[in-house]
Amino acid sequence: YAWDANEEYLFKAMVAFAMRRYSSKSTTQISNVLLCNVTDRVSFWFVVTDSSKNVTTVPGSEVEAAIRMNRNRINSAFLLSDKTLQFLKITSTLSPPVEPSTPVWLIVFGVVLCLVVAGIIFLVVSGIQKHKKKNKDSTERENLEEKVEVTLENGIPCEALDLKAGHINGVFAADDERFTSL
Amino acid sequence: LSATPAIPKEDGRPQWDNKFQYILSCIGFAVGLGNVWRFPYLCQIHGGGAFLIPYFIALLFEGIPLLHLELALGQCLRKGSLGAWNTISPYLGGVGIGSWIVSVLVSLYYNTVLTWVMWYFINSFQEPLPWSVCPLNENRTGFNEECYESTAVNYFWYRKTLNITPDIAESGTLQWWLILCLATCWAIVYLCTIRGIETTGKAIYVTAIFPYLVLTIFLIQGLTLPGATDGLIYLFTPNLNTLKNPRVWLDAATQVFFSLSLAFGGLIAFASYNPTKNDCEKDAVTVAIVNSLTSLYASIPVFSVLGFKATTAYWDCLDRNIINIINEFDLPEESIMRQNYTSWISYLNSSYPEKIAGLKLKSCDLQEFLDQSVSGTGLAFIVFTQAIILMPGSQAWAILFFIMLFSLGLSSMFGNIEGVFTPLLELRIIPKSAPKELLSGIICLISFLIALCFTLDSGSYWIDIFDRYAGSVPLLVIAFFEVTGVVYIYKIKRFSKDVEKMTGRKLNLYWQITWRFISPLLLLIVFMAFVTLQLQKPPSYTAWNPKYEGFPMKEEKVYPPWVQAICVLLAAFPCICVPLVALFHLVKQKCRSKDPSSVPPQVFSCQGANS
Repeated sequence: YAWDANEEYLFKAMVAFAMRRYSSKSTTQISNVLLCNVTDRVSFWFVVTDSSKNVTTVPGSEVEAAIRMNRNRINSAFLLSDKTLQFLKITSTLSPPVEPSTPVWLIVFGVVLCLVVAGIIFLVVSGIQKHKKKNKDSTERENLEEKVEVTLENGIPCEALDLKAGHINGVFAADDERFTSL
Repeated sequence: LSATPAIPKEDGRPQWDNKFQYILSCIGFAVGLGNVWRFPYLCQIHGGGAFLIPYFIALLFEGIPLLHLELALGQCLRKGSLGAWNTISPYLGGVGIGSWIVSVLVSLYYNTVLTWVMWYFINSFQEPLPWSVCPLNENRTGFNEECYESTAVNYFWYRKTLNITPDIAESGTLQWWLILCLATCWAIVYLCTIRGIETTGKAIYVTAIFPYLVLTIFLIQGLTLPGATDGLIYLFTPNLNTLKNPRVWLDAATQVFFSLSLAFGGLIAFASYNPTKNDCEKDAVTVAIVNSLTSLYASIPVFSVLGFKATTAYWDCLDRNIINIINEFDLPEESIMRQNYTSWISYLNSSYPEKIAGLKLKSCDLQEFLDQSVSGTGLAFIVFTQAIILMPGSQAWAILFFIMLFSLGLSSMFGNIEGVFTPLLELRIIPKSAPKELLSGIICLISFLIALCFTLDSGSYWIDIFDRYAGSVPLLVIAFFEVTGVVYIYKIKRFSKDVEKMTGRKLNLYWQITWRFISPLLLLIVFMAFVTLQLQKPPSYTAWNPKYEGFPMKEEKVYPPWVQAICVLLAAFPCICVPLVALFHLVKQKCRSKDPSSVPPQVFSCQGANS
């Protein structure tokens, strides 16, 4: 927006409002605020006079304090901020950044840690289970192999056979006379 | 009843699920944080594109041959570094011990760097980002003084994260937030390495591939930022005059060497899980080339972002000067813009020189901002974080960036831990019936407890020491003994036959020449140049001291004598193992040769035992 006499009027009104709020005297009028040295890039000096006393200016410290108290309202009236509407020699009170009750990073950290610990527990437990299963499997296989180790000979376990000198087959051995003697 | 039992693996040794896992693990080990924050810096200070010439020469004559040697060794002997070097020759056992010690030392401090990355990561979920605003001072009239004099990013790094002391001798206290993050990092490492390559092989799919995705995203985003092209032109403009400086060649050689993670024993461990009939020659060339290409690929987004940051700083500087001038001369708004700033300044200087001098304007020069080169943690935690604040959607970029750094570091940690884990597993420190999970748990727990020292206030100074002394000189020494040991003690003819059996082709002339002469010679030269450079001036460090007159510049200090002794110990301890073990075996041999019933040492070759 362009800076013209209406904006100047608004500015005077805001300063008067600030003075009224600060000193709670409702005697400050718009006519008490005087602007001078207005330049094109919109910078000027201003003083506040006190009409109750004999046309003296209100001390600068009072004006500074009043403006500091109502800085927010003055900024909003002009849709500006502390950076774009500068009062030289009045430092603004800065608001601290909003901090939640638990720092955000603790929450994220908690999430990450829980995930990692869950993963570790899962892997360790699955490792133990696999170990147990392998042990069970290997004992089963051992039992199986024991049975297989018993070697078989025509379906009869070898231990049962008497393998000392062979067997005499009674069918053939009985007929000694049939053989011709030499 | 045909109970055919399942055919066991020939020697019970775990194996990679597939070849891709193995290659990815080697690449992940080689590609680490240095590819992102060391290589672009070296490119920048050593004449841009011209640096690539010494880099590729070093890669050809030093990097690839040594990489091939380690992979072939591990694959042939099928043992970790301790067992492998003991098998090659008992006199070379010290090489295995040395590389094991270096792996331990590097794992300790490397994971602390990841702790910082994790801390920044979990802080990236806030709006606004905590490193973008300064906290207020007590009476809320202004900002915290330390923060105001330096920048909010510096303050968050040095004060909120490290809580750094002005001197290395002042240890300060343990930082509880860093301890929490350190515990998490070691828990993550344990989770991924819990069963050795069975679990890292799965994790590597994510940690090795994810950084490339993020780099691509940053590449696209970075190229759209204003000022990105300035940064890229500045990076890649070749300045061939720098090649006359021997320092450039030394930096190229050391960068190739350290970037490929040679002499840690991790590569030998990875290769030992391979089947014997595997083409290690092609693997070595592949890993080396991918590593170098990744470095180049990472430089592009890094320098786009740095160019963007320099441009923004330049514009801020101009804007501040413009406001001052407009205030002083009561000129209307927007009469001076960035484009006509120089013409206005010259006009005003000629007409009102005293007024201009009284304003004390800072001279704004884009080149000066581009020249502010940083490497290492400064790049990631100060420069890059500052650039991220300026981008729209900063939280997302910050989260992406720090996850990428974490993955890069984690995949390198896998290799380091494997270099520690595999030899211990073979030494049978724990009984065979105890699960592997126990050993990896013990390693991670002990490392966590020792690494707590790095969470002290002076921790980052100690990490610098470890990085400069434990992770540099010993590796060069060990690599030199590796090459000469294999070539001259094991005899290269035997090794050639072994490699031929594995790859199916004869070793060509390139490998013969580099292994026999060029690589050992190059390593010797690099080692001597490196040590000479270190010894030229007393070892010093830069400290962050808010009470220093030149603050926010860092204060240059010299290490106290006891710290210097520790530096020498860190560098010498792994190297000393090599001659000590050789001496020990020599003495044993002398004693044994007097004994008539002595058995001559067994001649070993790859084709034989796989025990």
